[in-house]
Amino acid sequence: MAVLVIADHDNAALSDATAKTVTAAKTFGGDVDVLVAGKGAGDVAAAAAGIDGVRKVLHADGDAYEKQLAEAMEALIVPLMDGYDALFAPATTMGKNVTPRIAAKLDVMQLSDIIGIEGQDTFVRPIYAGNAIMTVKSADAKKVVTVRGTAFDAAGTGGSAAVETVDAPVGPFKSAFVSEEIVESDRPELTAAKRIVSGGRALGSAEEFERLMNPLADKLGAAVGASRAAVDAGYAPNDYQVGQTGKIVAPELYIAVGISGAIQHLAGMKDSKIIVAINKDEEAPIFQVADYGLVADLFNAVPELTDAL
Amino acid sequence: MKVLVPVKRVIDYNVKVRVKSDQTGVDLANVKMSMNPFDEISVEEAVRMKEAGAATEVVAVSIGPQQAQETIRTALAMGADRGILIKTDDDVEPLGVAKLLAKVVEEESPDMVILGKQAIDDDSNQTGQMLGALLGWPQGTFASEVKAEGGKVNVTREVDGGLQTVALDGPAIVTTDLRLNEPRYASLPNIMKAKKKPIDMKEPGDYGVDISPRLTVVKVTEPPVREAGEKVEDVATLVEKLKSAGAV
Repeated sequence: MAVLVIADHDNAALSDATAKTVTAAKTFGGDVDVLVAGKGAGDVAAAAAGIDGVRKVLHADGDAYEKQLAEAMEALIVPLMDGYDALFAPATTMGKNVTPRIAAKLDVMQLSDIIGIEGQDTFVRPIYAGNAIMTVKSADAKKVVTVRGTAFDAAGTGGSAAVETVDAPVGPFKSAFVSEEIVESDRPELTAAKRIVSGGRALGSAEEFERLMNPLADKLGAAVGASRAAVDAGYAPNDYQVGQTGKIVAPELYIAVGISGAIQHLAGMKDSKIIVAINKDEEAPIFQVADYGLVADLFNAVPELTDAL
Repeated sequence: MKVLVPVKRVIDYNVKVRVKSDQTGVDLANVKMSMNPFDEISVEEAVRMKEAGAATEVVAVSIGPQQAQETIRTALAMGADRGILIKTDDDVEPLGVAKLLAKVVEEESPDMVILGKQAIDDDSNQTGQMLGALLGWPQGTFASEVKAEGGKVNVTREVDGGLQTVALDGPAIVTTDLRLNEPRYASLPNIMKAKKKPIDMKEPGDYGVDISPRLTVVKVTEPPVREAGEKVEDVATLVEKLKSAGAV
């Protein structure tokens, strides 16, 4: 039996989510190969070959794969699946975008965002924004799965798998990359961060959000997140959003500042190891999941905390 | 340009779902049902395209029980022109939905299909992409901006780390993210008008595709409950606690 894992990367570095997906694939069982599709992503292929437990790395290189657009990825991966029993991808925006196309082509019902594996055909996944957990059995011959990163530890390094070049269809495809606005930051990436400080609507403005949250994040070496309310109000960029429709995170430490704790937000962070809540309203639902709650005015408490650390 | 908008009837997003004690699913009895919020955004986007003169007709389609007709009526009240209900009391999985929608697309020949990126019941996030693959159409998923001009569709997508814009050679699939638009409330006159708009009644059997389920639910359970911890007096105590827990 063999599993193909789609690597998530930016042509320069392999994402943490890939190593977590490899762990899930190993739990599923069989030989685990990793597909690195990109442009000039040789370093990524080498990094993937170093993941512990990987049999081999398939490296596809071409202009069409620079941004891993779904149409090109479908053309590349569907024929490769002849040799595999399962396709695993991280439930990142790349994985979510690409895998259902392949599942449809293989006539397979995909299992999205799994958090557990209970055998060759049985998987566990959250439904209703994590308010219910479903165990489901697939009758399809091949499995197509996306993996929630927070549910699996990253596979270690120290492997030395062979890297094999695979032919990549060159197109033309019906989609083309135009542009991107990627937020440049020296801080860790949200879904990979060990510590996260997250701000809510109570911060009141983009200026205050930045003034209070950034120094705290820098002091802790933390990533900065936000509630949907703060993002919708324009206090923080879209990709800061933690929650069911944003990013699902599970850091060692999550500090929620001025976040009331709407169920959609809790769905995105309640698996964090230690949760700290700072909120003026002692009835805020966030306190029901917080290990340490501080009822205080954030405008005093946050600078004080930053200084004390 | 003609736009097809699939809409799904789901538990209203404000309802706290309850898992059934026999672990067969969540309790849907006497629970308020509404249009999937991401589908509302799809309808709104299509209606805005029509108002801007970019779209000529907006067709809403739903696959579900008789009551899904209400969901279509909501879309019609928001400004869609007509509806199609593919009536079934069975749960149809995203793959089956995509197959049915592919047949509807064959019949209707739309230039664009706008779908919600996911339904808030099963959270699969698959149908739009699957439909794209079955039709051989390009896709712009998780859209925060859609611009259609001259047979091309430019879609700005919410991706990890920021925004990405792709150009699609139409016809194309778009799936909507939260910030694409703010859906309107239907006005009373428009709700009245919607009652007169036509809805075609169909059944899955009319389309000749295999929509039998591939997945069997073993059980549905409550998520583990996280216990509330302690309230701390002040920042100094908080720092002390975090230090002794090894968190900072």
